[in-house]
Amino acid sequence: MKITEEMVDYISQLSRLQLPQEEKTAMTAQLEGIVAYMDVLNRLDTSGVEPVSHIFPLKNVTRSDEVVPSGDREELLANGPAVKDGAFLVPKTVE
Amino acid sequence: MTWETVIGLETHVELATRTKIFCSCTTEFGGAPNTHCCPVCMGMPGTLPVLNEKVVELAVTAGLALNCAIAPVSRFDRKNYFYPDLPKAYQISQLYLPIARDGAVDIGGGKTIRIHELHMEEDAGKLVHDPWLDQTLTDYNRCGVPLIEIVTEPDFRSAEEVIAYLEKLKETLQYLGVSDCKMQEGSLRCDVNLSVRPVGSAELGTRTEMKNLNSFKAISRAIAYEARRQIELLEEGKRVVQETRRWDENKDATYAMRSKENAQDYRYFPDPDLPGVELSGAYLEHLKASLPELAEHKRARYQADWGLPAYDTEMITSQKTLAEFFEALVALGTDPKQGANWIMGQVLGQLSAHGLEAKDMKLTPATLARLIALVKEGRLNRNTAVKVFEAVFVTDGDVDAYVKEHGLEQVSDAGLVETVVEQVLAANEKSVADLKAGKEKAFGFLVGQVMRQLKGQASPAVVNQVLRDKLG
Ligand SMILES: [Zn+2]
Repeated sequence: MKITEEMVDYISQLSRLQLPQEEKTAMTAQLEGIVAYMDVLNRLDTSGVEPVSHIFPLKNVTRSDEVVPSGDREELLANGPAVKDGAFLVPKTVE
Repeated sequence: MTWETVIGLETHVELATRTKIFCSCTTEFGGAPNTHCCPVCMGMPGTLPVLNEKVVELAVTAGLALNCAIAPVSRFDRKNYFYPDLPKAYQISQLYLPIARDGAVDIGGGKTIRIHELHMEEDAGKLVHDPWLDQTLTDYNRCGVPLIEIVTEPDFRSAEEVIAYLEKLKETLQYLGVSDCKMQEGSLRCDVNLSVRPVGSAELGTRTEMKNLNSFKAISRAIAYEARRQIELLEEGKRVVQETRRWDENKDATYAMRSKENAQDYRYFPDPDLPGVELSGAYLEHLKASLPELAEHKRARYQADWGLPAYDTEMITSQKTLAEFFEALVALGTDPKQGANWIMGQVLGQLSAHGLEAKDMKLTPATLARLIALVKEGRLNRNTAVKVFEAVFVTDGDVDAYVKEHGLEQVSDAGLVETVVEQVLAANEKSVADLKAGKEKAFGFLVGQVMRQLKGQASPAVVNQVLRDKLG
């Protein structure tokens, strides 16, 4: 499958990324390489092989409904670039 | 041309668990921003979600009560979208293998709404605009709170049917203990998919989606507005554009959201962090067997077994705790109709006077049963009993002690009543003369005087009898 610059524009728009032209060109080539590898995988005959979404045969990994004290807010907020009034501050997204 | 409105609903219901769906943070409503959070629900790199077993139990319970087929194997998928209400940039939901499918809800009037599917997912955080900085603040306390989304087929033809369905859904989920369904706290909210078509047409028109409607009033008005808007467009020869529209409560109108928000390309894929959920036949049988009796069934039973009028059964089953209170009262030997009257009159009256919900009431069925028994035995008159009720309601006080302490027991001593009647007759000769002249009103006056002397503690029936005898 051919990756076009329009596709890169579309994907970056979905991810709210603004790519300068040189990055866009680089990204187009890199994505093309990844998708080309999928083409290699697609050449394998997988008829009769059941699709799996996990590599380990695990099921029903659950926990009981018991409250554990939450994390320290200041420590959690320290992971973001901007904070105000106990909340992360992000670019305007609310209308 | 006559138009028909076609509606499908997606309802999000917050589950009544103590903890979030994939971490052990509390689900308690409110709290200072970001105090109910941990690295998992804040989407920090390197964390792993672990499913809350109670979420599965409540989702399956809801699925069973809505007559769905429960999937023996279900899985979680990632719904990818980049918006700061979800710090992971995806929501964990179920697309390919939802936990329940193909249900049906009877909404009365011979109408059944088909359930397309029911799936588990996580709630998002809250975004607050900061007008000073013109930026957005993110609060992730709600992020990761468990939800079920219940998707119907496009089976509704009017706002009334939508409301009937939601009321039924709310009542069912509350009785099951699946959710408190508090719309004002966002525990139950609706997306409405609506299209119009000429009556008789088999094809569906182009639909729009209205998101996050959180009151019955908003839902009714948004449906009325949007149906009219679409019909006007079509009658002018224009097209309906498939889009998401937002209901503006203040302007009483829907408007299209910006096209970027409309870009719905979620690129779902199975979540590799979460193994599948496989339910055994024994587990399903166990949940089926422990489904509680639903309101609808209780109403039918109260009518059939105890002869209660439909109106009473509606009132009593309007809250699950009230229905349980009523059943306990009857089990203690109270006459069902008497019990129902006390609940509808005094209990509901006191709850509303104190701004309480039935589930927060301290009064026990035993206390009310005792009070009703005292009235039945003729030891308290009804008006006094109501006063006693009001006194013991808040703290579930001791009825017998209260009656004794305040000397409220009804005077059943006929001799005492007789003495008082004689005194009253002697002191009110004019009224006696009036009565003999045919003025029945005077009789009421004399009864009143006797009751006053006896501080309202005599049985009105006894006073009436003694008076009539003396006046002979
Ligand atoms: Zn958490």
